[in-house]
Amino acid sequence: MAASTGKSFASRFGVHIAVLVFVIIWTIPTLGILVSSLRDKDQIIASGWWNSFASSSQTEAGRLPAASAQTQKDGKYVIEGNVFGDGAKRAISAFGTKAAAPTQYKAGTAADLGDGVTLQVNADGSFTLASPKPFEGDRGQRVYYASSAPPKFTTENYDAVLFSEGIGRSFMNSLTVTIPSTVIPILIAAFAAYALAWMRFPGRALLIAVIIGLLVVPLQMSLIPLLKLYNGVGTFFGVPSKTYLGIWLAHTGFGLPFAIYLLRSYIAGLPREIMESARIDGASDFEIFVKIVLPLSFPVLASFAIFQFLWVWNDLLVAMVFLGTAPDQIVLTAKLNALLGSRGGNWEILTTSAFITIIVPLIVFFSLQRYFVRGLLAGSVKGG
Amino acid sequence: MAAQIFSAIFVIIIGVGGCVAYFWGANKLLDLVFPSRGVSGTAAVDNLRRQGLVRPWLFVGPAMIILTIYLIYPVVETLRLSFLDRGGENFVGLANYEWAFGDHDFRNSILNNILWLAVVPAACTFLGLIIAVLTDKIWWGTIAKSLIFLPLAISFVGASVIWKFIYEYRGEGQVQIGLLNAIIQYFGGQPQVWISLPFWNNFFLMVILIWIQTGFAMVILSSALRGIPEETLEAAVIDGANPFQIFWKIMVPQIWGTIAVVWTTITILVLKVFDIVLTMTNGQWNSQVLANLMFDWMFRGGGDFGRGATIAIIIMIAVIPIMVWNIRQANKETGGH
Repeated sequence: MAASTGKSFASRFGVHIAVLVFVIIWTIPTLGILVSSLRDKDQIIASGWWNSFASSSQTEAGRLPAASAQTQKDGKYVIEGNVFGDGAKRAISAFGTKAAAPTQYKAGTAADLGDGVTLQVNADGSFTLASPKPFEGDRGQRVYYASSAPPKFTTENYDAVLFSEGIGRSFMNSLTVTIPSTVIPILIAAFAAYALAWMRFPGRALLIAVIIGLLVVPLQMSLIPLLKLYNGVGTFFGVPSKTYLGIWLAHTGFGLPFAIYLLRSYIAGLPREIMESARIDGASDFEIFVKIVLPLSFPVLASFAIFQFLWVWNDLLVAMVFLGTAPDQIVLTAKLNALLGSRGGNWEILTTSAFITIIVPLIVFFSLQRYFVRGLLAGSVKGG
Repeated sequence: MAAQIFSAIFVIIIGVGGCVAYFWGANKLLDLVFPSRGVSGTAAVDNLRRQGLVRPWLFVGPAMIILTIYLIYPVVETLRLSFLDRGGENFVGLANYEWAFGDHDFRNSILNNILWLAVVPAACTFLGLIIAVLTDKIWWGTIAKSLIFLPLAISFVGASVIWKFIYEYRGEGQVQIGLLNAIIQYFGGQPQVWISLPFWNNFFLMVILIWIQTGFAMVILSSALRGIPEETLEAAVIDGANPFQIFWKIMVPQIWGTIAVVWTTITILVLKVFDIVLTMTNGQWNSQVLANLMFDWMFRGGGDFGRGATIAIIIMIAVIPIMVWNIRQANKETGGH
């Protein structure tokens, strides 16, 4: 098929370009937050992240020292110093004394401010303000300058976010929610899937139909009754209603229809002969399941585990309903949502937090893509 | 925190151990109650038959109990609650539904949901199909597919932050650090606060879901395309069909079933979309959708369960046709097994 269409060089070249454009559009957004999360926080707002390897320029304002700092030199009154004070030095390209024209003069040239007063600001920030008459007043001359800073990359944002914004703690909370929620449904679903695939009993067809129906029931249908149920149970036993146990069970319940559906269609496809010969040898259903079906089903179990892991890790809705927002319970997605509200403009915090929340799914995804794709195909193409 | 990690590990052990103990123990118990070995011939046959009646229920039992508590009971209960007042105590008839269709936010949500349903599944399927066809023809197609597939692993909240950064608007005179506004400015346009433009902001939110879901459509369709017999395509080429004719008249009709599956899967996802709207706008500037409106009513002013349940029922009604279609398809396929 590859060779049969689009033979000419131009059309093949066109295909490469088209795919490249799609790839760029699809990766640029993620690249943006990765690069930004590693940038200095002042530079993030000073220039777009696509310029992060170039020096970033910004216009700043400062005030020169007041008249008390003047000295006499060659019959002139002079104030000298550095606009950056003792702070970090940057390269100045231009300066000015009016807000309307902050870059009127080039660095290193002397500006005539009238009445014989001259001001020179050099590229390194040093300045000389000179006047034939003594300076007066206790407010210094206003000065504007355009400076550029070399690109600066740092892991400070990660430090800040992990240890003082509470993302580190939320990371642990997310793991606490995700791992049991992924492991518990597997066995329960596998037994049910085996029964639905290989055991004959009345009501089996109905059960399968119910499970396929439940596959598409919106989560929204479950939220209010379960919230009421949890509150009721909490009040009755005098325990908190928002607990990790509660969310583990909720995720197990919500994941089961897909788990049973996926495992059943795989287990039903296992060769009949293996089951029959084991049965003739006197193996019970339980032994067949444990010794034959489970080991053969490893690929589909892995597929489901990856799905459920990604689903639970990325979930916001269930976590917001069934878990609290205190630091000991808030998961990454909920924390990120909260930060969007409280730190709306602090892009160094948002981009870094976002990258931390997506790094685990990305690792899982890249290392286990084969199982992920297999599960996707099995889960949606057949019947679904 | 140590206690938390400990309890998580404890739960995994208890959970898995409990499951194993239950299945093994129940199975053992069944063998003890109805022994098939060491008893006379007819008794053994009888007991085997009894075992065969009970054992399937031991296997599906735990799953059925959990499904009943977490999905089946709630569906019935939500339907009941939608006819009750905010506390779920007094019967109010159809008052919640009457309220819904008169409510500005609700009507806005319905319109927006229709817009999402019209755009997102179509865009994902179309883009996914195009990319699947194109990447099939080049040597680095697998890498390209991997990269386009990648956003599928990212949470909706994470994706929202990623795109909020792209849509970022900085005031007059400041450097535009949002990619979209920077591009607009570069071409001489006027930077905008994109997510607060009524009506059009819907599309900026949809882009996020399309960005995430196109990879899904691409993978499924790509595998379907590979299932098209080589001879069909060769015959078309010999008959002088150009690439566009091959695409529209040979490939698309052959994978029509798969396209329908992708379309309906994304349709269901769109009906449930919540996280993107919550994090981007929380329904402001006329961008509300049903799922987010429902969440809002669940907690607004202590929670109005009657109205929340009503909105959930409306979402459910939209899903039912797909559900029926799925069950019919599955019955057709598994009928013989």
